[in-house]
Amino acid sequence: MNGSIGRRGVLSGMGLLFLGACSKVADTKIGGSMLDSAEKWHRKIHRSLSDRMALAREYTKADISPNFRGNGSRTVDTPEYAAAIETGFADWRLEVRGLVDHPMSLSLDNIRRLPQRTQITRHDCVEGWSAIGEWTGPQLSTILEAAGVQDSAKFVVFRCADTLAGSRYYESVDMVDAYHPQTIVAHALNGEPLPVKNGAPLRMRIERQLGYKHAKYLTAIELVDSLEDIGDGEGGYWEDRSGYQWYAGI
Amino acid sequence: MMQPERKRHGLVTRIWHWLNVVCVIVLFMSGLNISNAHRYLYWGNYGFEPADAWASVIRFPGWATIPGYYDLAAARDWHILMAWPFAFGLLVMWAAMLVSGHFWRDIRTTRREWKPAAIRRDIVQHLKLNFDHSSGQYNFLQKLAYGLVLGVFLPGMILTGLAISPGFEPSAPWLVDAFGGRQSARSIHFIFSWAIFAFFLVHVLLVILSGPIGQLRGMITGGTAGPEETP
Repeated sequence: MNGSIGRRGVLSGMGLLFLGACSKVADTKIGGSMLDSAEKWHRKIHRSLSDRMALAREYTKADISPNFRGNGSRTVDTPEYAAAIETGFADWRLEVRGLVDHPMSLSLDNIRRLPQRTQITRHDCVEGWSAIGEWTGPQLSTILEAAGVQDSAKFVVFRCADTLAGSRYYESVDMVDAYHPQTIVAHALNGEPLPVKNGAPLRMRIERQLGYKHAKYLTAIELVDSLEDIGDGEGGYWEDRSGYQWYAGI
Repeated sequence: MMQPERKRHGLVTRIWHWLNVVCVIVLFMSGLNISNAHRYLYWGNYGFEPADAWASVIRFPGWATIPGYYDLAAARDWHILMAWPFAFGLLVMWAAMLVSGHFWRDIRTTRREWKPAAIRRDIVQHLKLNFDHSSGQYNFLQKLAYGLVLGVFLPGMILTGLAISPGFEPSAPWLVDAFGGRQSARSIHFIFSWAIFAFFLVHVLLVILSGPIGQLRGMITGGTAGPEETP
């Protein structure tokens, strides 16, 4: 019938217009900034609804998933890293630098001798899956206090050894998440040294945010006052490359 | 509130209805794009490989998603933006429905309506495409459908969406427990979205069958509640 074909035509035309409108909105300055500020509102409301130090759920040993998926970089593709695996990462160093009074270079032994925190938490990937594991390592706050963070520091940048599609991985958090009690520099998963696929020998745990914030193959912790000059300025590898949200609590 | 020339649809209902249409369409289509990022659904707290999954979902084609190609970051941006007017719109709609009496008067079902014979009569009337239920009152199936969508599926989307967010969980860990874990909440989020889509199809079909011009005009201008205007 003419009438129904016409109606269907109108409907699909409206659909196409609508889709076109969506991509147009996203491309405009106001549309883009609306999308950005939605992320900020979520961060603000998450942080105002509970204590800024409120803990992510901790589970029991019985809840641990049978294995822990490795995603993104599953290894570091350099001869140096292959050699480091052979020596059990004996020469691996974690630098603490930037806006600190006492820059440091820590060995794995130094890190294992600091007061430790063990937590069984759920890891949520931006893609949608979850895994549960037990992580052990010093709180980032312990290391920051030892280094003496300067007042001008606003962000902590995590430098990594791995590259994805030719770019070096990195991530960053603000000082609220940096000093959160569950933000630890993990060297062990389920009581064993970190497996290579999960970021050996060191990775971050940022428990109230999605997996891409949990930088693996950690080489340096850098305190900065702005993220503008780091990478492309968006605060992380995926933020720069694909426009992922810097606040990954949603 | 009980004036005789009451409009068929109140102003808040009409504004909310069209705002909600836009929100639900953007949320649904950007949600399909997000689903393409990991096409497996799980029960419980964890799940990351097909062996753990209770369902494997198809890859949704570009014409069904926002944006029209796979882009998890942009789809999440749209989803996260439209969640705000969707959630606050529903909150205002519920407040207005409770205060104005719309809920108690028009949507709440009575025990009499739940009798099997009455339900059967209502289904038969629908199958005969007889929509002339006088006086502008909703019949039982309409009350049930609107009640389920307004009271269960739409708020369920907001609550399961919050339960999936790792940054929200520390404020209300009980919410994640209530759904049986984060991956269960994610599964329910997916199922409810299709329940809303099913409602959308039936709703549009019935509007078309019952005189779409009059129905659309009613939801835009408000129409009148008199029996002579019932489409």
